[in-house]
Amino acid sequence: MESGYSRVDEEIHPQLLDLIPKERNWFVKRDDDHNIEGRSRSRHGNGDEKKLELRLGPPGVEDWSLSDTPKSYKSPAKASANVPNTSQKRSAPAPVVGWPPIRSFRKNIASSSSKQAPPSDSQNVVVPDNVAKKEKTMETCQKGFFVKINMNGVPIGRKVDLNAYDSYEKLSTAVDELFRGLLAAQKDTSGNQEQEKAITGLLDGCGEYTLVYEDNEGDRMLVGDVPWHMFVSTVKRLRVIKTSEISNICLGSKQVKIRH
Amino acid sequence: MVYSFPEDVLEHVFSFITSDKDRNVVSLVCKSWYEIERWCRRRIFVGNCYAVSPGIVIRRFPDVKSVELKGKPHFADFNLVPDGWGGYVYPWIVEFSRAYPWLEEIWLKRMVVTDESLELISKSFKSFKVLVLSSCEGFSTDGLAAIAANCRNLRVLDLRESEVEDLSGHWLSHFSDTFTSLESLNIACLGSEVSFSALERLVARSPNLKTLKLNRAVPLDKLSTLLHRAPQLVDFGTGAYSAETRPDTYSSLSEAFSHCKELKDLSGFWDASPSYLPAIYPICSRLTSLNLSYSPIQSPDITKIITQCCNLQRLLVLDYIEDTGLNALAMSCKNLQELRVFPSEPYVVNPNVSLTEQGLVSVCEGCPKLESVLFFCRQMSNSALITIARTRPNLKCFRLCIIEPQAPDYLTFEPLDSGFGAIVEHCKSLTRLSLSGFLTDRVFEYIGTHGKKLKMLSLAFAGDSDLGLHYILSGCESLRKLEIRDCPFGDKALLANADKLETMRSLWMSSCSVSFGACKLLGQKMPRVNVEVMDESDCLDCKPDGCLVEKLYVYRTVAGPRHDMPHFIWTMGQDPAYSLN
Repeated sequence: MESGYSRVDEEIHPQLLDLIPKERNWFVKRDDDHNIEGRSRSRHGNGDEKKLELRLGPPGVEDWSLSDTPKSYKSPAKASANVPNTSQKRSAPAPVVGWPPIRSFRKNIASSSSKQAPPSDSQNVVVPDNVAKKEKTMETCQKGFFVKINMNGVPIGRKVDLNAYDSYEKLSTAVDELFRGLLAAQKDTSGNQEQEKAITGLLDGCGEYTLVYEDNEGDRMLVGDVPWHMFVSTVKRLRVIKTSEISNICLGSKQVKIRH
Repeated sequence: MVYSFPEDVLEHVFSFITSDKDRNVVSLVCKSWYEIERWCRRRIFVGNCYAVSPGIVIRRFPDVKSVELKGKPHFADFNLVPDGWGGYVYPWIVEFSRAYPWLEEIWLKRMVVTDESLELISKSFKSFKVLVLSSCEGFSTDGLAAIAANCRNLRVLDLRESEVEDLSGHWLSHFSDTFTSLESLNIACLGSEVSFSALERLVARSPNLKTLKLNRAVPLDKLSTLLHRAPQLVDFGTGAYSAETRPDTYSSLSEAFSHCKELKDLSGFWDASPSYLPAIYPICSRLTSLNLSYSPIQSPDITKIITQCCNLQRLLVLDYIEDTGLNALAMSCKNLQELRVFPSEPYVVNPNVSLTEQGLVSVCEGCPKLESVLFFCRQMSNSALITIARTRPNLKCFRLCIIEPQAPDYLTFEPLDSGFGAIVEHCKSLTRLSLSGFLTDRVFEYIGTHGKKLKMLSLAFAGDSDLGLHYILSGCESLRKLEIRDCPFGDKALLANADKLETMRSLWMSSCSVSFGACKLLGQKMPRVNVEVMDESDCLDCKPDGCLVEKLYVYRTVAGPRHDMPHFIWTMGQDPAYSLN
C-alpha cells in the first residue's frame, strides 16, 4: 500500500519510509560467525549481542551508530555468505562471475605464454559475450580433497574431505562423527549396545584423544598450529591418537607441548 | 561597481581555462558569462552518455572541437554487464555530423561503436584528427579501413583494449601514400597481422610519429626495422617479444633501441623470452613508464630491468615480480608514482608465486611519490595496511584485490576494517578506493567519516547490513561513482539516501538485497534519476515487490528514461507507458 505518493513533496523520506516496517528502532542481529543470511531481508530480531539503533532521517543526520566494539573474527575460518551465484568456499567448484576483477585479455597470460597464437580470449573475433564468459571460467577448481584418517584402536580407516570444512572446529566435529560409532563398536566386545561417547578435546590436549597429521615433508604434527588454509595445503593424512601416547612418540623430548 | 569586460576579452581569458570543472564554475557566475562560455567551450566531457542527450549538448555548446563520451558501467570490464546493454555512439555521431562539421577529436570509453559509426565519422568531419576508442566494441577492421582511407588529417588512432572484429590486416593499407600526419598509432588489441610493408611505409612517412604500439602479431625480428624508421618515438609497444636466439637479431635490436633517444614508455613484451630482454637495458634509465603485464618473465629478469630504471614513474607488471622484485623496485625507483600488479594465474588457489603484502609495504615505504596502487594478492593484514597508510599518506588511488573473497587478516583472522580505516584516515587526498577481504559495517563507518574526497568506491562481498551503505551514502561528500556487488545492502539505506543519488554520476548494485518495490519507489520519487533494473522476466509488474533485483544501475540524467534498452532492462517508477520497452 503506497500512500502519499501523489503529492510532490520536499519531505521525500517520511513517505518513502512508510513502506518500510514501522518500527523506528531496528535491531540488526549479528551472528557470531558472521553468517550473512544471503538475501534474507528479515533480519530484525532482538540481537542480544550487538544492537544497532537506526533512526531513519535525511542524509547527513548522524543518528546511525554502531553501539559496540568491533567484532573479531572468531575462528580461523572464512565467513561464507550464502549469496546465490557466488562461491567463496573452495569446496564449491562453481566460479564467481567477474571475480577476481580482471579484464578478459589479462586472463590467459601465464598459460598462453608458450603459444604463438594470440590470447584465446582474443579481441580479433567478436565472440558473443556469453560464449567468451563460459570459456573463461576458473582454470583450476579445487575438487574434493580427501585424506585418509585413522584412529588408534580402530582397524578401519576413513577418508575425510578437507574442502568441506573451513575450520579446525568443524574438522574436529567431523572426526567425532566419523569415529564415534566405530570406536564404540570396538570397545564393545560383549555385544551389548554400549553408549556412544563423544570424541572431544581433539585440538586442545584435554581430551582422551588428540588429532595429529602427517605433512608434505613426512613429519608428524599437532593439528591446529597454523592457519586453516595453510594446514590444508600441507596435510597428507590425519591420525587420531591417544593423548597419553604423545609422550611416547616424542622420544627423547622431555617437554611435550600440549596446547590449552 | 562592476565594469564588465568586453565579450572578446572575457572569451580570451576563458580560453586559458581548460578544465571542465573550472568551465562549469565559470558558466555559473552570471548569465552573460554562461553565454560567453558556452560559445567558446571547445571540449566536451560526458561521463555518462545517458545523462544527457546529443540535442541538449549541441544546443548549449554550438562550436565544439573535441568530444569525450563514456558508456557502460565500469563493471562491464568484468563481464557483469550483459550484451546489448547499450552505450551506442551512432546517434551521437549522427547529430554531431550535422552540428559540428569541424569536429576534430572523438574520445570514447566503453561504448558500442559500429562500422557504420566509423564510416560516418570518416566522412563527416573534414578536419578530423583524433580517434581514441578505449575498451570499445562493435566494430571491425572494415570500419578502421574507412577511417584510414578518409581521414586525411588524422593524427591519432588509438584502439586501447577495444574488442575488434578482425576481418583482415589489410585495413592499414588504406592510409594513402600522401598521408603523413600520424602522431600516434595504437593497434595492440588487434589479433591479426597487418601488412608489415604497409606498416613500415606508414611509419617511414610519419615524421611526427611519437607513439607506436604494435600488436602481438608483429614479430621481434621486424622491430629494429620499424625503430630505425622512427627514432623519434617516445612511446613504443613491441609485439611478441620472443624469437630464436640469434646474435644478429639481438644486436640489431639492441642498436635500434639505443638510437631512440626520446623513448620513455615501453610496453608489449608478449611471450617475452629472457634472451632478448637485455636489448632494452641501454634505454632503461630514460624510461618513465614500463608495462610488463603481458609478459611471463620471472622475478630475476624483471628485477634486472627494474634496477636500471631509475626514472621510472609507472610500472605495470604481473605477480611474477614477487616480493624480491618489489623490494628492488622500492630501492631503485624513487620517482615511482603508479604501480599495478596483476595476477598471473587468477583462478589458481595457491600459485607458486612468492608475492605477499610485504612487497607492497616495501614499495610504499621506499617510493615517496607513490600515489596510485592496483594490487592483486592472496593475503593481507591490518598491520600492513596501517603501515601503508602511515608511510604513504599521499595516496590518491588505492585498489586492493585479495583474490579469495572475504579473506580476513591472515595473521589475526580479524576483519580488515581497521586496515582500510587507516587508509582513508591517513590518505586525505584519496579519490579512488577498491576494497576486498573480510569487511564489516565498521569499515564503512570509517570511510563515511574520513573519505571526504573519495570520488569512486568499489565494493565486493563486504559489509553486514544496510548500515554499511548508509555510512557511505551519507558520509562521502565527493562520491561520484559507487559500484557494489554481492553485499547485503538493501532498500533502507538506498531509500533513506535517495537524494544523494542525484549528486552522483552513477550507482551499480548487483547481487545485493534491493527489492523491486524499492526500485519502483526510487524511480517514482526521483524524476531526474533513471533507475534501471536488469531482469529476464516478461512481465515486471507481475513480480512481487519483495522480490530481489539481480542488477541495478542508477544514474542521474536530464534526458529522461532511455529508449534503446534491450528487453531485459527496465526503467523503474516511470509512467507505465514508458516502463515497457
